[in-house]
Amino acid sequence: MTDKNAQAEEFVLRLDGISKRFGALTANSGISLGLRRGEVIALLGENGAGKTTLMNILFGHYVADEGTVEVFGEPLPPGNPRAALAAGVGMVHQHFTLADNLSVIDNITLGTESLWSRGNGRAAARARIKALSRDFGLAVHPDARVGSLSVGERQRVEILKALYRDARILILDEPTAVLTPQETDALFDTLRRAIAAGLSIIFISHKLHEVIAIADRCIVLRHGKVVGEVDTHSTDRAKLASMMVGGEIALPEAEARAPGPALLRLNHVSTRAKGTATGLRQVTLDLCSGQIIGLAGVSGNGQAALADLVSGLVRPDQGSIEIGGRQPIVWSPREALRHRIARIPEDRHKTGTISDFNLTENAVLEGYSCPPFSRRGWMNWRAAESFAKDIIAKYDVRCQGPAQRIRLLSGGNMQKLILGRVLEPTPKIILANQPVRGLDVGAIAYVHSRLIAARDAGAAVLLISEDLDEIQSLSDVIHVMSEGRLSPGFARGSMTAAELGLWMAGQGFEGGEDAA
Amino acid sequence: MRLEPIANASLARRLGLPLAALGATVIVAGVLALIAGANPFAVLGQIVTGAVGSKFALLETLNRATPLIFTGLAVAVAFKAKLWNIGAEAQLYAGAIIAVLMGTGAMESPIVLPVSALLAMAAGALVLLGPVLLKTRLGVDEVVTTLLLNFIMLLFVSYLLEGPMKDPMGMGWPKSEPLIKDARLPRIVEGLRLHWGFALALIAAVVVYIIERRTTFGFEMRAVGSNLGAARFAGIPVNRVLVQTALLSGGLAALAGWSEVAGLKGHLSQDLSPGFGYTGIIVAMLALLNPIGVVGTAIFVAGIFVGSDAMSRAAVVPTYIADMLLASALLFMVLALLLTRVRVVRG
Amino acid sequence: MTDLIDILISASFWAAVIRIASPLILATMGELICERAGILNLGIEGIMVVGAFTGWLAVYQGMPLWGGVAVAMAAGMLFGLLHATLTIPFGLSQHVVGLGVTLLATSTSSFAYRLALPEVTSPPKIVPFQPLDVPVFSDIPFLGEVLFTQTAFTWFAFTVAVLVSLVLFRTPLGLAIRAAGENPSAVEAQGLSVTGLRMGAVIVGSGLMAMGGAFLTLSAFSSFFFEMVNGRGWICVALVVFGAWMPGKAALGAILFAAFDALQIRLQQTPLGADLPYQVFLMAPYVLSILALILMSRRAEVPAALMTAYNKGER
Repeated sequence: MTDKNAQAEEFVLRLDGISKRFGALTANSGISLGLRRGEVIALLGENGAGKTTLMNILFGHYVADEGTVEVFGEPLPPGNPRAALAAGVGMVHQHFTLADNLSVIDNITLGTESLWSRGNGRAAARARIKALSRDFGLAVHPDARVGSLSVGERQRVEILKALYRDARILILDEPTAVLTPQETDALFDTLRRAIAAGLSIIFISHKLHEVIAIADRCIVLRHGKVVGEVDTHSTDRAKLASMMVGGEIALPEAEARAPGPALLRLNHVSTRAKGTATGLRQVTLDLCSGQIIGLAGVSGNGQAALADLVSGLVRPDQGSIEIGGRQPIVWSPREALRHRIARIPEDRHKTGTISDFNLTENAVLEGYSCPPFSRRGWMNWRAAESFAKDIIAKYDVRCQGPAQRIRLLSGGNMQKLILGRVLEPTPKIILANQPVRGLDVGAIAYVHSRLIAARDAGAAVLLISEDLDEIQSLSDVIHVMSEGRLSPGFARGSMTAAELGLWMAGQGFEGGEDAA
Repeated sequence: MRLEPIANASLARRLGLPLAALGATVIVAGVLALIAGANPFAVLGQIVTGAVGSKFALLETLNRATPLIFTGLAVAVAFKAKLWNIGAEAQLYAGAIIAVLMGTGAMESPIVLPVSALLAMAAGALVLLGPVLLKTRLGVDEVVTTLLLNFIMLLFVSYLLEGPMKDPMGMGWPKSEPLIKDARLPRIVEGLRLHWGFALALIAAVVVYIIERRTTFGFEMRAVGSNLGAARFAGIPVNRVLVQTALLSGGLAALAGWSEVAGLKGHLSQDLSPGFGYTGIIVAMLALLNPIGVVGTAIFVAGIFVGSDAMSRAAVVPTYIADMLLASALLFMVLALLLTRVRVVRG
Repeated sequence: MTDLIDILISASFWAAVIRIASPLILATMGELICERAGILNLGIEGIMVVGAFTGWLAVYQGMPLWGGVAVAMAAGMLFGLLHATLTIPFGLSQHVVGLGVTLLATSTSSFAYRLALPEVTSPPKIVPFQPLDVPVFSDIPFLGEVLFTQTAFTWFAFTVAVLVSLVLFRTPLGLAIRAAGENPSAVEAQGLSVTGLRMGAVIVGSGLMAMGGAFLTLSAFSSFFFEMVNGRGWICVALVVFGAWMPGKAALGAILFAAFDALQIRLQQTPLGADLPYQVFLMAPYVLSILALILMSRRAEVPAALMTAYNKGER
């Protein structure tokens, strides 16, 4: 920081006036920013603030409607990932862009040699990858099949892909979402080595403490616009947070209540791993009436398996499920519904709704086979439509009417319809899997208040979330999942985030070796 | 280029593009006529007159449309559930075989007609049951298995017609004995060459429409076809629905063969179907899988076939122009339908 | 039983196996390339018809035999371009487009055949590829007759199989094609064009399919007739599955399949053939294909992105 002017001219990357619209939605609006050599910028913002869109424009996945990108003083041709790569931009995507059935070497060298050449052979590539692994602390076996790697290892492959191409600018999109706190530390170590080697980094996140830990400067996006830029050394989490959401974050403080009887019990349940998804290992859990059980953990540690189990999509391979004191003979989604389990799925587009169906059809997707929606195999569309109208009114679903196709609804309104569908039959048990992911602040508060109201009415709620703040503010009891195992339950307020983080990293489990 | 969904497509777009697809098909017809050295306008005129230009032509078109309505419905029902039944041809012959089995002396009373129709549907359903069970149990792709079954079934028919079912009075031709009078479908109006199979096809279209729109099974079928994951999550028994869909689809296709034998030909021969099963795919796709629409597109497609036959007798243009036009129409139409939902943008 | 053994140890039987396998290998390699890139090409049946017809027509009009092969390939690539355009940038259903291309290609061949030869009643013949009599080698007992009495086109087909295997697994291009079939976004993120790779694979693959068709008219038979492909395309789709998307295994599958086909033809001449209706023997190839699919159903490693359209930067 000796000569400000010299620094300013050393912008390795400049974005100028970037705007991008998708139909009616403005994802980016007049965004400008500059990245200096050896600097880490954090791009902070809520889901849907436009961070990922901006980076996809920079990388050439999208073409901006307006604005320019300059790398090392040269304008970058739009819509061309190859040009971005050639200019030294490397991107670590939030959803890894790796081919599972190919080896680490294949994934890294893909596209680095002329397609019409014979290739330089694997020996040279292997040696180069090993050297990079050593220099940047990215241990991974070059010949392993990517499908056999852990999530953390895959991220290392993604970073290696960029380094192998001599990237000078590294963009990481929500890199810590899939990491334990310990793996996050290792990632930060890698990033510091990269900075020391002269790289510059853009780090996208919505986790404030990480931003403060790694970034020099922080640029806050809201609704597609830059709303602030601060030096991270002179700010704190509260200030950043209020900049990010445009006001104080109001997480509801649900009052603790005495639990009622257990409505659903899992006794030492194990399930097989499905592809790359972790299975459950000896999970024992009671869901009690009038209680919110929060399930914390790094994604990919068996939460999906637990959700599938409670939804009825998978049966236990070992152990048993007990509902209302009895073990169901068959276990299926329909059986789960019959036992009045409300299921809010993780992915509302792919599993929660049928996008080509209208609101009425989606409203009765789970209940269509019972009266009043059908009798003896004949649908009663009048009853279905009035049910849909009830939900629209009661849950404030903004739409043109029950005959509108659901794919035209916003995420929040889609989620409200799902809420109405599952909560209207007054469920005994509620499975809420990432219920507020991708929603705006208003919708988040609404969903949370509904869950608390259902709990107060006596339902047992299982809340699965990757957001520790959400878990801590809503749950009566918190469990942590790691590698398919379930921690004991911790009463609200009895554990700090750091302590939960250790459990998330796999420490403390019975007979459990430390994951780090 | 990239495709971007259109939230609310205008009416002009939704109607104009399919019409443009038909227009493009007409242009292809003209070009083909030119290539063949004929006057395009004359050829088009001859096709239209040949299809609907006289009472005889019109009835011929409706007769030809009858099996196409059945196979079109069979394909539409299956495709709606994303069950790729390309084996309507085999199911058609299964129905035809039953028509002969039941119609050549097994029963001698008017009750034989409904009995043989039901058995024909069962036989067609059975033919599709194998591939669909392989799909649901073992994950074997049904496209290839149903396609291969078409060839197996044709050979089986050839065996029957040269062996056990061969007509002893057939002068050595591989064809079956003629059906007895009780087993024949009567004409709708005495003196007009149009049999009750056509009326039955119309009824079938209405029934399928009602099943799709009014019953829980129809709802399940559409849900499974639109989003398998969401349907499974919502508790819809996906495999059962696929099997039921297959039974319905196979049964409908079988009625095509049954009505051709019982209504039109009166016997089974190896050239009973000039690819009605495959043409059913075009009929269903042009109708956007809508059962009522199938009736219209089946008549349209039949008209092109009948008209082209008539035209090629007069002009130098080979009758295969009909198949080319229909294949082009199919490809134009799927593209047009896509463009009613998305627009092409740069980048 | 002795009949069976007699057949299996005769050199002419194995020579026939190699001959029957050749067009299947060419078309199977074509389909394999398409599927490795993520595109199911059900146009194969029609594209083989087009190849059979155009190759034959070119030679009938006076072109040299290899000229006919080139014409067939070009015609196949043209239909491949149609398939690729509709299924890749436009992302239309690969099932529907594939069947549409098959219908269009088949009817175009019939239409053009009738235009070119309006009068003929029996299909005119051309002089097909002749067996290459490799001196010395062809005198080796048994092997000489099996391997060294084949036509140049057969040698070509087997060379193509080796080349496809080498390119797919030993070159950057092959890696990129396989990656496009495994995870298109991985390809895009490395600066390669998924659309370009997939379209190239489908076009080249379709060219190979058409050459497989041309083998039927230019090497196996010497004239063109409408039903000549007769489901061979669909069988090749099954062979790709049977070969677990590996060129070597798929080629072996084609040879195994050809062996059964050659066997059923010969068994028809035996006392067994007199007892059973000949249709049973003709059904064998199709039944075998279905059995192969069932056998491989649990084990095959399907390209992960097969039949999934890729829309760049989809949200």
